[in-house]
Amino acid sequence: MKNLILKFAAMLMVLTLSGCGYNQFQSLDEEAKASWSEVLNQYQRRADLVPNLVETVKGYAEHEKEVLTEVSNARSKVGSMQITPEVLNDPEAFAKFQAAQGQLTSALSRLMAVAENYPNLKADQGFRDLQAQLEGTENRVTVARNRYIETIKDYNIAVRSFPNNLTAMVFGYKAKPSFTVENEKEISSAPKVEFGDKK
Amino acid sequence: MLFLASQLVFAALAEIPDLSARVTDLTGTLSSAEQAQLEQKLAAFETKKGSQIAVLIVPTTQPEDIAQYTIRVVEKWKIGREKVDDGILVLLAKDDRKMRIEVGYGLEGAVPDLYAKRIISDVMAPKFKQGDFAGGLSDGVDKLIGLVDGEALPAPSTQSGNDDPPLGILLFLGLFGAMILPTIFGRFFGSTANAGLVGGAATLMGLALPFAGILGLIAFVFAIMGAFESGRGVSRRNGGGYYGGGYGGGLGGGSSGGWSGGGGDFGGGGASGDW
Repeated sequence: MKNLILKFAAMLMVLTLSGCGYNQFQSLDEEAKASWSEVLNQYQRRADLVPNLVETVKGYAEHEKEVLTEVSNARSKVGSMQITPEVLNDPEAFAKFQAAQGQLTSALSRLMAVAENYPNLKADQGFRDLQAQLEGTENRVTVARNRYIETIKDYNIAVRSFPNNLTAMVFGYKAKPSFTVENEKEISSAPKVEFGDKK
Repeated sequence: MLFLASQLVFAALAEIPDLSARVTDLTGTLSSAEQAQLEQKLAAFETKKGSQIAVLIVPTTQPEDIAQYTIRVVEKWKIGREKVDDGILVLLAKDDRKMRIEVGYGLEGAVPDLYAKRIISDVMAPKFKQGDFAGGLSDGVDKLIGLVDGEALPAPSTQSGNDDPPLGILLFLGLFGAMILPTIFGRFFGSTANAGLVGGAATLMGLALPFAGILGLIAFVFAIMGAFESGRGVSRRNGGGYYGGGYGGGLGGGSSGGWSGGGGDFGGGGASGDW
């Protein structure tokens, strides 16, 4: 009899603990980390393509120094950033990361635009393969980013809505930064012709 | 309100057709014989290898880019087997003169982006330029099949969804019900309700009906014994009829008629091109 009440109380505690959102935070936090890793993964994949791409373009268009160095610089900047999962909880680092990747994106799109002027380069099989890989990677980045935005939305809603926000406060779960819309346009635009409208 | 708003947003985008066959042609480009031939080829490959390849022809993907549209389609269709993620979608936007091969996670090694790109530009595009859509699709699909065939994948299973049943949750549910329900509804009704609870949950989780029934029966016995043992709450509100527990809601997952995706995931792999 007493036993039963005790059991019931234990059960109730388990239920209310999951009702306050703590468990929800655990799974959403993990999901956010996973989708963030996917974003990093795809950005890394893109960065890995760059040296090859630069070499190939150099072979045909050596005097396009400006664009080539721009890409190389953006690439090394991206490469020098220390990216840990903690970036997720630090809006400032996140913004820096986003800016660096955005720079590489626009440098790459200019490089691809320049390549359009070199028929021999465009006909090169190696270049065409790299182009296909770059396109595929940019697309994967877009997909990964969109999924990240979705998971972060769920997470942030959970953190901010009542009564979960109380639990979040107690355990130190903060809203996570997401990719912003202005950057969204700038970054997710495919490497296509994009003349002139840059500073 | 929010629902309405999201409806509006979706109304602006091109609609995603329901998946009912491996080859879906919304433009009337393929004759029914050509469609059947392609369908058969893909079906034979699925039986042999387990991978799901689908073809979709739409008039346009506007206002979206073909890549964005395609990822929405595969997120909805989920072709390829769950966890193996071995689905491929070949999508043509006929009026846009654009195409895309979308490759599931599990096949990104077998069909890397550049192979997909080459199939598009070297195999399919030339035929499409001549207006030979059936030929281009058939050749393209042959190439894809060739690539996937060389990949070591889990053998095709006749039954999908062989995951272990989530017995832990059912056990928890059953214990919980056995403790609470008889005290509320009386020994017999409470135990019956518990049986219904477990059986219904088991059915919802996609277990086979007989198995769910057995679990329900176990839950019943368990609850009624528990009620005896604790010797309380057994206020005998007369027996009444017996409501057979176990067989809960009829939501058993099953293929509704045509063909359906196996739950494969996509991450944006593949290539796009035009003709």
